[in-house]
Amino acid sequence: MALDKTEIEKIAHLARLHIGESETEEVTTRITDILALIDQMQSVDTEVVEPLAHPLDLVQRLRADAITEGNQRDKLQKLAPASEDGLYLVPKVLE
Amino acid sequence: MINCTVAETSAALAAGDISSVEITQAYLDRIATLNGELNAFITVCENSALLQAKAADDARANGNDRPLLGIPLAHKDIFCTKDILTTCGSRMLHNFVSPYNATVVERFIDAGTVLLGKTNMDEFAMGSSNETSFFGDVKNPWNTECVPGGSSGGSAAAVAADLCAMATGTDTGGSIRQPAAFCGVTGLKPSYGRVSRWGMIAFASSLDQAGPITKSAEDAALMLNVMSGLDKKDSTSIDRPIEDFTATLNQPLKGLRIGVPKQHFADGLSMEVEQAIRNALAEYEKLGATIKEMDLTNSHLSVSAYYVVAPAEASANLSRFDGVRYGHRCEDPTDLEDMYKRTRSEGFGEEVKRRIMIGTYALSAGYYDAYYRKAQKIRRLIKDDFDRAFEEVDVIIGPTSPHTAFKLGSKADPVSMYLEDIYTIAVNLAGLPAASIPAGIANGLPIGMQIIGKYFDEAKILNVAHQFQQHTDWHKQKSTAITAASGES
Repeated sequence: MALDKTEIEKIAHLARLHIGESETEEVTTRITDILALIDQMQSVDTEVVEPLAHPLDLVQRLRADAITEGNQRDKLQKLAPASEDGLYLVPKVLE
Repeated sequence: MINCTVAETSAALAAGDISSVEITQAYLDRIATLNGELNAFITVCENSALLQAKAADDARANGNDRPLLGIPLAHKDIFCTKDILTTCGSRMLHNFVSPYNATVVERFIDAGTVLLGKTNMDEFAMGSSNETSFFGDVKNPWNTECVPGGSSGGSAAAVAADLCAMATGTDTGGSIRQPAAFCGVTGLKPSYGRVSRWGMIAFASSLDQAGPITKSAEDAALMLNVMSGLDKKDSTSIDRPIEDFTATLNQPLKGLRIGVPKQHFADGLSMEVEQAIRNALAEYEKLGATIKEMDLTNSHLSVSAYYVVAPAEASANLSRFDGVRYGHRCEDPTDLEDMYKRTRSEGFGEEVKRRIMIGTYALSAGYYDAYYRKAQKIRRLIKDDFDRAFEEVDVIIGPTSPHTAFKLGSKADPVSMYLEDIYTIAVNLAGLPAASIPAGIANGLPIGMQIIGKYFDEAKILNVAHQFQQHTDWHKQKSTAITAASGES
């Protein structure tokens, strides 16, 4: 399935990526090529096939809803590009 | 000593012929000599390695005799290592010093190993040539104009060039096996769930699995003994009894039933690779195995299904990289959306962005059934093919890759790069274990042979690989290019 420039821009926005004006054409071509590869699987009828989410059809193991980790806020926030008073800083969201 | 296997080094350490400090220093010297050319390591941990080696020697003096005590290893830079840079080959994490250890890392610490450093890789493990790394290409030690394979290219090159005794890798679509094949070393992708994924930076969660990259099948068994086992922190980790994977290495192969899939010997396979694998199969027949030609009918669909499942899961996993809590953030964002978009566009490379977009598209409203659900149905067909095959055979053998290592820069088109993994991807979709071991050399480059086993039958794969290595010496062949470069005789 061939995609056009508008669709590529929409996907980029959904993925929170910025595609520069000069890159759009190449990105569109590459992604269209990859979708053509992917579309090979459409040639097989899978109407009655059960989808496989886990190779052994296992489900996730559950655990008790209990706190197991200590508070490491200060240590973890040291990794942040910007933080203050225990809060992560981002550009202003509300005026 | 640096070219010895882990088993040999372990014996020498136990006998007191060498200390861990001596062997660690020898590897550090080798890294200092060769890493400039090979670029296999992103980070070298010289000081902490020597301290760990000293601690291992002290522990041995106090009676500790665990098999991997004092053995120097390297971790792929996808594993979180406490207080050590963990980049995943990406600009996004170029400054990320992990606050904790992955379970795999923790287990090797408990085993008394020495961490030499973190190896280069394709960015977020997305690639088959190690050319997508933000930290530059890794060179193949056999021919530095060629790629080492990927995504665990740094680990495979480091083991091949004797920059470490052993290394970890991860395999989502062939990322342990294909670089092992290209670099002439042994690599094992365990069954899905065998090894904990906790602290291993996620690419495609329903496919990712960590495994060993080593100089022999015996070494892979020694590593898997340490790596595998239930981890409650990974909800997909499988609860199975602890196994000793070295216990059955020496079982005779008489009566072994080997399946040879027609589809893995089809168009596109190079003559040299085919010949090497046929020769290996003849060797197995001499050892008492029987060969049965068989079909994996849906294997041609594996690459297309994979390029839905893996990018879809990646697009979700990589949404966490938003410039808020860790890693790269763009300069002077004007608003939140600008921050997300520029941070991610600057932080991710071309291939990663491409896969995020493919995955985003496949999961976007109205396309789920046509793509992700369809791909999951193809996964079922591929798994069913293997289940049927394993009713009649014990292992499946074929080439790991259609050809030997290709030239750097020779595959600019993503689709041709994706087709590199044509023989390995189905194994991940089915969640099966599989190894690649050296089985020949053509034009100065190694040839890899893939051995696929039943679920949780890693012991059988390693037995089959080990017996081959007892009767052939392909795994002992070394690149002459690199021995000359390092000034050894």
